[in-house]
Amino acid sequence: MSIRVESISKRFGDAVALDDVSLEVPSGSLTALLGPSGGGKSTLLRIIAGLDTPDSGTVTIEGEDLTDAPARQRGVGFCFQHYAPFRHLTVRRNVAFGLEIRRRPKTEIKARVDELLELVGLAHLAERYPSQLSGGQRQRMALARALAIEPKVLLLDEPFGALDAQVRTQLRRWLRDLHDTLHVTTVLVTHDQEEAMEVADRLAVVNHGRLEQVGTPAELYDHPANEFVLTFLGPATKLDGAWVRPHDLTVHRVEDGRPAGDVFEGTVARVTHLGFEVKADVELAGGGTCWVQLSRGNAAELGVAAGQRVWVARSETKAPDRFPVLSA
Amino acid sequence: MRRSRWRLPLRVAVLGYLALLVVLPVSTVFYRAFQHGLGAAWDAMTAPDALHALMLTLLVAAVAVPLNTIFGVGVSLILARHRFPGAWLLDALVDIPLAVSPVVIGLALILVYGRTGWFGNWLAAQHITVIYAVPGIVLAAAAVSLPYVVREVLPVLQEIGTEQEQAARTLGAGPLTVFRRITLPNIRRGLAYGVTLTTARVLGEFGAVAIVSGAIAGRTQTLPLFISASIENLDTTSAYVGAVALCVSALILLLLLTVTDRHREAWHGRAAA
Repeated sequence: MSIRVESISKRFGDAVALDDVSLEVPSGSLTALLGPSGGGKSTLLRIIAGLDTPDSGTVTIEGEDLTDAPARQRGVGFCFQHYAPFRHLTVRRNVAFGLEIRRRPKTEIKARVDELLELVGLAHLAERYPSQLSGGQRQRMALARALAIEPKVLLLDEPFGALDAQVRTQLRRWLRDLHDTLHVTTVLVTHDQEEAMEVADRLAVVNHGRLEQVGTPAELYDHPANEFVLTFLGPATKLDGAWVRPHDLTVHRVEDGRPAGDVFEGTVARVTHLGFEVKADVELAGGGTCWVQLSRGNAAELGVAAGQRVWVARSETKAPDRFPVLSA
Repeated sequence: MRRSRWRLPLRVAVLGYLALLVVLPVSTVFYRAFQHGLGAAWDAMTAPDALHALMLTLLVAAVAVPLNTIFGVGVSLILARHRFPGAWLLDALVDIPLAVSPVVIGLALILVYGRTGWFGNWLAAQHITVIYAVPGIVLAAAAVSLPYVVREVLPVLQEIGTEQEQAARTLGAGPLTVFRRITLPNIRRGLAYGVTLTTARVLGEFGAVAIVSGAIAGRTQTLPLFISASIENLDTTSAYVGAVALCVSALILLLLLTVTDRHREAWHGRAAA
């Protein structure tokens, strides 16, 4: 069920947290609010939930204007970065909380909680206290607790921010699967562009309190609206005054002859091996530097090494004017 | 180990200190109270003035402790959850009763509520006597024990933060439900300790109560005042028996606190892993 945010502005003292932000989250989508820390994305999420009040603008959920409604009447499920577990309640009672205060019959509560604990894989830990759970387990408990009230929308504030890398990757996949099962409209706040692209089907890039661009991960990656989106979403380097993705460049040995097309001469300054990829910094003969992302195989084949003289070319599969608006 | 050389002397020193300051004097009081047999002690305790002092002390506690509990939790919530100009002043004001001598508190209360005090005329018109009467004793006891609940509850509130309360709100809980089901269980431990300290202070307060009550036997004499008067009258048995009554009240309190603590331990995860 859709969320519509219109012309939201919010200040904290002198600091502008959000400046005239409008955003539509389509029903059933998983949208990521992506941006650097302090950019205002968490504030936007909290405003949607009713935990913060905007200075101006409106919040509409399912066509209902909820700008002035208190958090408890909005029917949103909210997950905090640090999970906010009720420390004095067991996992079961945590999940049951929303149903208990709605005075649902005990048998119904038990059945629903059992179902949810099964769904998040915590059925065997139902009688534990939050302090006895790992971070990932607490996060799943918080999700089950939020889902128990059958929320119209699910809001997740940096849900994987406090977890270690391995658990984070697991939970991302798990969340994506969960969303594909439940289809609850979900908004997720993250500063990790890889996480956003892996989990979400739509991205909304927020920076300095403004919405920079909204679209699918592929749209934003290939057609960024501005330099910020371009550089935030993935690696970027400048060639001949224009931004390109380093993996859209190819390197050719000078002795193999000048390749056709748009080509620049240069010298390899440094080669960095990053496991599956190789990063080559190239000093261009015409001034300036750029870097090229090569596959391991490709790098070995060319024998790329510091001091080597090379041609740098834009891949033939890519149009030469990749980011036309962004030429600097 | 280097530590072991110091362990024994340290223990002896600490236990000796405790024995000289607390154990020895208190057990002497117990011994003297029952020196002339249980019958004599019973007679002394059930004497009208002694009994009245005990009942009055319990009455004062029954009024002042709930008052300060509600006030203390309220002030803690305001200080922990709201930012407003002058918060530091409120924070500092709460501590005044700890910093200032109880006698000064008593005097100040007389200046405000006494017959010639600020509210004196108005109170007299309403036929309310505060000073040299029970209301004055309650006021004095409440004033000196004001900070304890705040000082125990406020740090806990600051430590737990507001996320649990916010989570409860998004799950549909109103303010009262949030307080009852989330905030209160979280501060229960600190609150129990604060209430215990408050009660101990209220039961044992001497200085402030002595000033405002006039210490009239059988009317405005609390247990500590009764003990003091008994000593002056060389009625040592009554004094010791009164002292024992105070000690027993304190012991019952400590026991109650320990029981609450045990009960609470589980959710801190210390019990089972």
